[in-house]
Amino acid sequence: MNNNKQKLVVIGNGMAGISTVEQILKLSTQFEITVFGSEPHPNYNRIMLSYVLEGSKTLDDIVLNDWHWYADHGITLHTGTKVAKIDQMSKEVVTEQGMRVPYDKVIIATGSNSFILPIPGSDKQGVIGFRDIADCNQMLEAAKTYKKAAVIGGGLLGLEAAKGLVQLGMDVTVVHLMEDLMERQLDHQAALMLRHELERQGIKFKMEAQTVELLGDERVSGLRFADDTVLEAEFVVMAVGIKPNVEVAKNSGIEVNRGIVVNDYMQTSMEDVYSVGECNEHRGVCYGLVAPLFEQGMVLAKHICGVDTAPYEGSVVSTKLKISGVDVFSTGEFIDGPEHTVIVSKDDWKRTYKKILLKDGVMVGAVLYGDINDSAELQKLIKQQTVMTDELYDTLMGSGCCGGGAKKTASIEAMPDEEIVCGCNGVTKGSIIEAVTSQGLTTVDEIKACTGATRSCGGCKPVVEQILQYVLGDGFETAAKEGICGCTTLDRDEIVAEIRTKGLQTTKEVMNVLGWNEPEGCSKCRPALNYYLGMVYPDTYEDEKESRFVNERMNANIQKDGTYTVVPRMYGGVTTPEDLKKIADVSLKYDVKVVKVTGGQRLDLIGVKKEDLPKVWEELDMPSGYAYAKSLRTVKTCVGSQFCRFGTQDSMSMGALLERKFERIDYPAKFKMAVNGCPRNCAEACTKDIGIVGNDGGWEIFIGGNGGIKARLADSLCKVKTDEELIEVCGAIIQYYRETGNYLERTSEWVERVGLEHIKAVVVDDLENRRALMERVEFALQQAEEPWSKMLNDDSSRNKMFDTVELKG
Amino acid sequence: MGAEQETLLYVGTLDLFMKQIGRVVEWNGEQIAIFRDSGDNLYALENKNPHPKGGPLAEGIVSGHYLYDPLYDWKIDLKTGLVQAPDTGQVKVYSVKIEDGNVWIGA
Ligand SMILES: Cc1cc2nc3c(=O)[nH]c(=O)nc-3n(C[C@H](O)[C@H](O)[C@H](O)COP(=O)(O)OP(=O)(O)OC[C@H]3O[C@@H](n4cnc5c(N)ncnc54)[C@H](O)[C@@H]3O)c2cc1C
Ligand code: SF4
Ligand code: FES
Repeated sequence: MNNNKQKLVVIGNGMAGISTVEQILKLSTQFEITVFGSEPHPNYNRIMLSYVLEGSKTLDDIVLNDWHWYADHGITLHTGTKVAKIDQMSKEVVTEQGMRVPYDKVIIATGSNSFILPIPGSDKQGVIGFRDIADCNQMLEAAKTYKKAAVIGGGLLGLEAAKGLVQLGMDVTVVHLMEDLMERQLDHQAALMLRHELERQGIKFKMEAQTVELLGDERVSGLRFADDTVLEAEFVVMAVGIKPNVEVAKNSGIEVNRGIVVNDYMQTSMEDVYSVGECNEHRGVCYGLVAPLFEQGMVLAKHICGVDTAPYEGSVVSTKLKISGVDVFSTGEFIDGPEHTVIVSKDDWKRTYKKILLKDGVMVGAVLYGDINDSAELQKLIKQQTVMTDELYDTLMGSGCCGGGAKKTASIEAMPDEEIVCGCNGVTKGSIIEAVTSQGLTTVDEIKACTGATRSCGGCKPVVEQILQYVLGDGFETAAKEGICGCTTLDRDEIVAEIRTKGLQTTKEVMNVLGWNEPEGCSKCRPALNYYLGMVYPDTYEDEKESRFVNERMNANIQKDGTYTVVPRMYGGVTTPEDLKKIADVSLKYDVKVVKVTGGQRLDLIGVKKEDLPKVWEELDMPSGYAYAKSLRTVKTCVGSQFCRFGTQDSMSMGALLERKFERIDYPAKFKMAVNGCPRNCAEACTKDIGIVGNDGGWEIFIGGNGGIKARLADSLCKVKTDEELIEVCGAIIQYYRETGNYLERTSEWVERVGLEHIKAVVVDDLENRRALMERVEFALQQAEEPWSKMLNDDSSRNKMFDTVELKG
Repeated sequence: MGAEQETLLYVGTLDLFMKQIGRVVEWNGEQIAIFRDSGDNLYALENKNPHPKGGPLAEGIVSGHYLYDPLYDWKIDLKTGLVQAPDTGQVKVYSVKIEDGNVWIGA
């Protein structure tokens, strides 16, 4: 059956090759496809290697098409196999090992290689490029053993590598030949601002330095510059550029310039052989970013499948640096010359910079620093070669007032359907519109779930929003009011109000009465409703285990291998030799993999098997530490006046007391506290939901701190004189947060949304309200039960939830 | 349902299974996650997360005949084992027979 299919061979299992294949699969079934990749992995998102290095993603997270995908589409994949050449005579592709595969059509998509400076010593150990998973792994490894690193090259890649290495704990110096960082995308002004910000983030710079030699014996030990100065470095990343990987083409006698030369339909000089992505050169340009390769891939796919298509005429590229806290964007032409009219605005206070370049009145390029909200808009205007007008000027440069909305949708209208909106994932305007209309989507999150747009760097979010607005028209206002999840358009406040006024009692009832479009909800709304109901009816609501996230259902933290982590309570971080002995005994008996001290001063027992959980709890015979819960996790303490020579307050006792008092009830999100004996703040109150600092005459209370994803320093809420007052204010804060917080909203976000002054007025100044809040939290606390012992006493649920049924067959 | 190659295994009674809470049964060293929806329907899937990082499925959140997996929140159709967009993959499913409150699975 396959015999009449055409044989398509793709050389290169990277982003361009596979995105072209994906397009082809959408258009036709006429090909029998074979893919060769020299890396041992399935196709992954190379862009995201920077995130892997930085630690916010793992290698597994960035796989685009896993092994199943190839199998499901009948694609033969040879990984770890390098193609040597294309034999035009026999119409076969030949690998280095001598395997020969016949073809009717070939696509070369071999990408590029890191450019390694041809200087003495660049072949030493510890010198690498930044291109693929192997490089990334080497960096992760190096950071474990070595301290000092140098990154040669201050472009996009070099800076992302440097940031990653800093994050891994290395001392990193970026060595750059030019006066400005990212000089190919930024102008002097923006480059300076960028450098200052990165210095703040811990990267060092050596500018205008030409590296002439790498020092060391077998392994690199340093860099020598043209002026004979030396920089010590045990690890060197070269990020000075890439060069198109043209080896296969060259060996096959295909015309090569800097890259493999192609025409507007990606045809090379050899019949039936095409080239797509970074390895090719189109109209004299070699690209080094993903957006062009998606555009090329779409034209190529259509052409190869015999579908009519407009020619590829080149891409306007834009750049966004993927380093948190640094927003840099540039598109089109950005270095001003005499032919340009330059519009600039610079704000040293807000640290923002904006520049637009015009040529004969037409917008040809822009640079943004600090605030890149307009990036999507500018990118489009520049791509469409828009003429600058007074009105446009006003909306872009901010002297006019609002009113940008109408124009924005107008420019969406003008955008062709096949234009790529999300460069990272190759999602077009057309496919977003199609998803929105055919599936009735109303939020960006749904679009992300359905098409993948905005899933990677997030740079395309503004345009995706505008497309949504354009499609929904007037419907947008109501739709834009995002509900708590895709099942409803109601927000938290409306839901809680309806629960109270209509007296709704179960999640099912809420979903029924309030018209959920998914009758049994989803993993987002069910846990949220379960929380809101429990908060509204602390005494009568029956908690729904089936609406709890696994950790809360099992009262332990699930790990990726399906084992669990158990954390017993240690109030205030204080334990006893007897408890430690018990913990040690249980850990040995149940073969715990690791015992770890947590950031909150408790002990993690990692790697407990699910069926052992009840036995472990029973033998520990200690309360649950709630390390899994949206609840009070830990109260961290310093040693305080009991032992510390500086201590003015007994922080250990107060910490233990607060933890005992406020544990076990549900909070909107996890909740952490700290108590310090004096302003030296050894228990780090500034990153806790409630941080308490003792002073000579009493205590100072801080709220809204967070050390997690979005770090935030806590705000000082008030000072109190007595312990009783301290406990009451804490109780009032906790209850007010429980009553007004969105499910999963940390106090750091809550404080900003609700406002510190408002919280102060409600929980500190209004004494009557403070007491009422305290009463309500006390009432909820009375109903709370210890979850481990409760489960141990409930034979039926315990068996059903923890035991495996053994079948005999 | 191709019963001729299938072995029917007796699991026990329906009330071994809580509504919307998964449970693992083991056969020949193979783990099968059984889910009961909010009614009396049962679904049996290989207890192996289709996500590249793997992990169990049994502790996910059940809604209708869909499962939200416990580790990565992928949405999986309990009837077919198919992972819902934008993620992709498929979990092996087993047939289930319920008669007079007794449960068998085909393996
Ligand atoms: C760390 C990093 C961050 C980046 N960040 C961004 C960004 O933010 N935005 C952006 O637009 N771009 C970014 N890029 C660039 C982007 O990744 C590339 O533009 C894109 O991957 C190019 O796709 P390609 O398919 O042409 O090449 P590749 O993705 O490199 O694929 C080529 C594949 O071919 C294989 N191959 C080579 N020779 C052979 C052979 N002879 N036989 C078999 N297989 C072979 C290679 O092993 C490779 O897997 C980044 C790149 C890196 C390395
Ligand atoms: S915070 Fe003050 S009292 Fe507590 S340990 Fe530090 S110095 Fe001592
Ligand atoms: S452009 Fe990066 S996620 Fe869309």
